[in-house]
Amino acid sequence: MSRIDRRFAALKAAGRTGLIPFVTAGDPSPEHMVALMHALVDAGADLIELGVPFSDPMADGPVIQHASERAIAKGVGLADVLGWVAAFRQRDADTPIVLMGYLNPIEIHGYARFAQEAVQAGVDGVLLVDCPLEESAVLQPLREAGLQQILLAAPTTEPSRMAQLCGSAEGFLYYVSFAGITGAAHLSTGDIAARVADVRARAKAPVAVGFGIRDAASAQAIAGFADAVVIGSALVERLVGAADAGDIAQRARAFLAPIRATLDKH
Amino acid sequence: MPEIRDFHAFPDAHGRFGQFGGSYVAETLMAPLAELTEAYLRLRDDPAFIAELDRDLKHYVGRPSPIYHAERLSQHVGGARILFKREDLNHTGAHKINNTVGQALVARNMGKTRIIAETGAGQHGVASATVAARLGLECVVYMGAVDIERQKINVYRMKLLGAEVVPVTSGSKTLKDALNEAMRDWVTNVADTFYIIGTVAGPHPYPLMVRDFNAIVGREARAQMLEEYGRLPDVLTACVGGGSNAIGLFHAFLNDAGVRIVGAEAAGEGIATGHHAASLAAGRPGVLHGNRTYVLCDDNGQITETHSISAGLDYPGVGPEHAFLKDAGRADYVGVTDDEAMEAFHLLARTEGILAALESSHAVAQAIKLARELPKDGIVLCNLSGRGDKDVHTIAAREGVEV
Repeated sequence: MSRIDRRFAALKAAGRTGLIPFVTAGDPSPEHMVALMHALVDAGADLIELGVPFSDPMADGPVIQHASERAIAKGVGLADVLGWVAAFRQRDADTPIVLMGYLNPIEIHGYARFAQEAVQAGVDGVLLVDCPLEESAVLQPLREAGLQQILLAAPTTEPSRMAQLCGSAEGFLYYVSFAGITGAAHLSTGDIAARVADVRARAKAPVAVGFGIRDAASAQAIAGFADAVVIGSALVERLVGAADAGDIAQRARAFLAPIRATLDKH
Repeated sequence: MPEIRDFHAFPDAHGRFGQFGGSYVAETLMAPLAELTEAYLRLRDDPAFIAELDRDLKHYVGRPSPIYHAERLSQHVGGARILFKREDLNHTGAHKINNTVGQALVARNMGKTRIIAETGAGQHGVASATVAARLGLECVVYMGAVDIERQKINVYRMKLLGAEVVPVTSGSKTLKDALNEAMRDWVTNVADTFYIIGTVAGPHPYPLMVRDFNAIVGREARAQMLEEYGRLPDVLTACVGGGSNAIGLFHAFLNDAGVRIVGAEAAGEGIATGHHAASLAAGRPGVLHGNRTYVLCDDNGQITETHSISAGLDYPGVGPEHAFLKDAGRADYVGVTDDEAMEAFHLLARTEGILAALESSHAVAQAIKLARELPKDGIVLCNLSGRGDKDVHTIAAREGVEV
């Protein structure tokens, strides 16, 4: 059983909704990245999504893009990201880590080399935004090394494709619907609940929902019907300009703690 | 790579040209791309659609464009005959209109009411604004802030045509960033919006569709060669940024093994300086903007900023079919510097009375080099993909002239 599977099994046994914060690796500060990861766990993170900076994050909004640009300007690359994961693992052997990003940095690094180094560092899964199931043959070395490929599903996903995604899901299925995508902006919580319930019933893995969750109130609306919630842009935005390790940790805690408390009421 | 007998058999059903191409996009784009692929493949074989496209190309674009023997230029160079396929004579002044006329008809057939486009030099933006105006569709064009500055005339042309031009200030503020931004718009507004990609890049079906709409250039040229010269050219050349005009000329000739094919990429200040946009000549296979192709990137996989005097060639990727043709050994891709392009621009202007676009001037420079290698009865066919009116301010500024 993988670290991700164990974590979701434990959440299910405890009847809790998982909290998955996303941060861009190297932002706001490369030196304090490991401290930030520990602070996220202290504040209640069940799994960490670590964004690998990429120059052309086609599927991300401006907040994540700017975080990527800041990290790249500081010279952050894949080797740094893996180094931080390895350093984090020295004190935390349990919290799963998923690297989220785009294919090109891994393609250039080399799939087999990346797979070996990532496993060695303690990475558990990858979520490659621009690598849909159809193109994921290139990820074979990652699977062989034991990394789980986290798949995305969206409200626009066709039913036949959704069945395929549900059948192929491992680790967890990331159900994503940014406000602004057709239809999604006007979906009521009830509609989201119905859709996620349907996906949850069919997916081979737990379902995490990223839905423009910005705070405790929006987390509460999702908490009842997802296995986990993902929080990205709002957290990244909150960390902008943090001065030192203490400030970074304090901001992360202040942001996540109320969300954690809300999730635990369910 | 095994020997390829039929280059026209590509891409496959997944949009792959060998290892290149494909659909490397987020899940949110899979459904719209599937919808577009289905619609395009249906229309592609629909006689009514084909007839309407042919009518538009003839009466609106002004096709066929001639092939023109540049006698004084050829004499001056002292080598083979240089022939130009005159895409600069098309309505709006470049080959880009071939594609936008086609995609606009696809958009209308799909019931879309809003057109978005990205543009580098502005030619594709103008061509998109043009067809949107003609069909009464709303049009939004994304353009890098740097490109807006160096292509002011085209920006104004787009506005005159009723389009909204949105400056893109992220990343390098050029074509690649405009493409990222247009893609985001499309994801958000896909119900009523059609994204007209201007080059043979992007996810499937764009490299296929944009190539098909530009392939008329080579089909015409091949027939014109046989009719007017009784033979095919010895060598073809065209400039390659994303590669739409080049694939347009090359495609009909791909299975003519006796015809050599050379693409001219922007070598900027020289490939050795690192300030260039020669993805095929100096890049490596990677994944960018929805397809696997040759890209310019650093060892961390970050796409690098490119340089070219011509905004239309200033792109760190290239269409996947060109990557495929390079690896298959069917086409060669070489760099032409800013200085070489400028020299060719002036030479063409003074010997033939033609102001070529800076993009096309790269092809002209390459045609001159190729003509020198061939005997006098040889033929170099060069795609003169666009006219240079849009570039006069850039040229004046570079040469210290106040206009």
